[in-house]
Amino acid sequence: MIPPYLLQEMTHLTGEHLVLVLSSMAIAVGAGIPLGILLTRRAALRTPLLGFANVMQTIPSLALFGFLIPIPFIGGIGKRTAIVALVLYALLPILRNTLAGILGVDAAVRESAIAMGMTGRQLLWEVELPLAAPTIIAGVRIATVTTIGTATIAAAIGGGGLGVFIFRGIASVDTAQILAGAIPAALLALLSDGGFSWIERRFSLS
Amino acid sequence: MNSATLEFYQVSYSIGDNLILDDLNLRIQPGRTLVLLGRSGSGKTTALKMLNGLLFPTSGSVWVEHRATTDWDLIELRRSIGYVIQDVGLFPHFTVGENIGLVPRLKGWTPERIASRVADLLDQVGLEPGKFRDRYPRQLSGGQRQRVGVARALAAEPKLLLFDEPFGALDPVTRVELQDQFLELRDRVKKTSIFVTHDVREALRLGTEIALLHRGRLEVLTTPAEFLNSNGPEARAFLSTL
Repeated sequence: MIPPYLLQEMTHLTGEHLVLVLSSMAIAVGAGIPLGILLTRRAALRTPLLGFANVMQTIPSLALFGFLIPIPFIGGIGKRTAIVALVLYALLPILRNTLAGILGVDAAVRESAIAMGMTGRQLLWEVELPLAAPTIIAGVRIATVTTIGTATIAAAIGGGGLGVFIFRGIASVDTAQILAGAIPAALLALLSDGGFSWIERRFSLS
Repeated sequence: MNSATLEFYQVSYSIGDNLILDDLNLRIQPGRTLVLLGRSGSGKTTALKMLNGLLFPTSGSVWVEHRATTDWDLIELRRSIGYVIQDVGLFPHFTVGENIGLVPRLKGWTPERIASRVADLLDQVGLEPGKFRDRYPRQLSGGQRQRVGVARALAAEPKLLLFDEPFGALDPVTRVELQDQFLELRDRVKKTSIFVTHDVREALRLGTEIALLHRGRLEVLTTPAEFLNSNGPEARAFLSTL
């Protein structure tokens, strides 16, 4: 179905795609979870931050990539801009689930932890984060699967990845090329979804 | 480090215009069991939570061991107080043994000392250590969970025990069993205890003193025997439920 001459390029573009997804997820998780924790401590920040993340999600993805191009430092053509856009997209599910997971910890459990003399840090690491973990992981799972799909748009602004095939295939009405981009992207999404569902189960058992 | 003296001195507490506690004055001698009796909203839980610094008076002061709660290092204060609440609040991701051993671990006890303390406490609350230590709270009945809650409160040899309607959610038979156990433990460990309840029967049974709170005010402070002869309207209202 996929001609052999595309296979080598497919390997290369899949690699690029993974780099896009992994770097943006690393940033989104690294920023999203601490920010989510901050939101549990500072209720006043919830509306503005969640509002911002919400607005980012409502911008059609193709437009968001386009909007970023003229912005200095983070914009321009290429991978960096693509990663910024993907991070902005992935932020909302991670933020929201971190907040929901921690606020969802049973009030009696939290009160006990405080009354037993846990410090703020112990409360966070020993009680809140372990109990919120399944919810937080579910957020990261949604964000990752979405990002794998959305990352195909990176090609539109010169970010590379499997979208290169898809855009080229559309331009030249070449179904083989579209599939050469779409199939690996779909497989990546399925694989990561399965992987995360396994991790989620492990965490909710403990 | 065995038993604490407590005092409420002109304590008031309000949220906005809502006065929850109104000029509460109380002193509790070491080793006594004071029952705070009252309806929902009478301020009894609020008073209790001031003893371990979960709440602070709007005016007045609360004294534990001759030191105001505002002058205590709260972490240190709380680790020296056992706290049992109606919803138990066991950590669902910790085993029974880890739940009971938590405060000792926070205090830096050795694992061996914690393990033997946990086994000892499970015995004391009537749960077989070999059988229950490695279970998770969700694998226990309500009564067993509250026994673990009591064991957890006793774990680090606290000088003060606080109980917030601990047996309120249990069936009547289990409740009486746990009350018996409370009396037995109290006579053995001789800790100052504060016990919040709205059940006058429980108050008469467990208290060495009963403080009746009504709309944030202390109505009666007396022994169980004398409480039966109280004439105030709120005391009569409670006694009529007997």
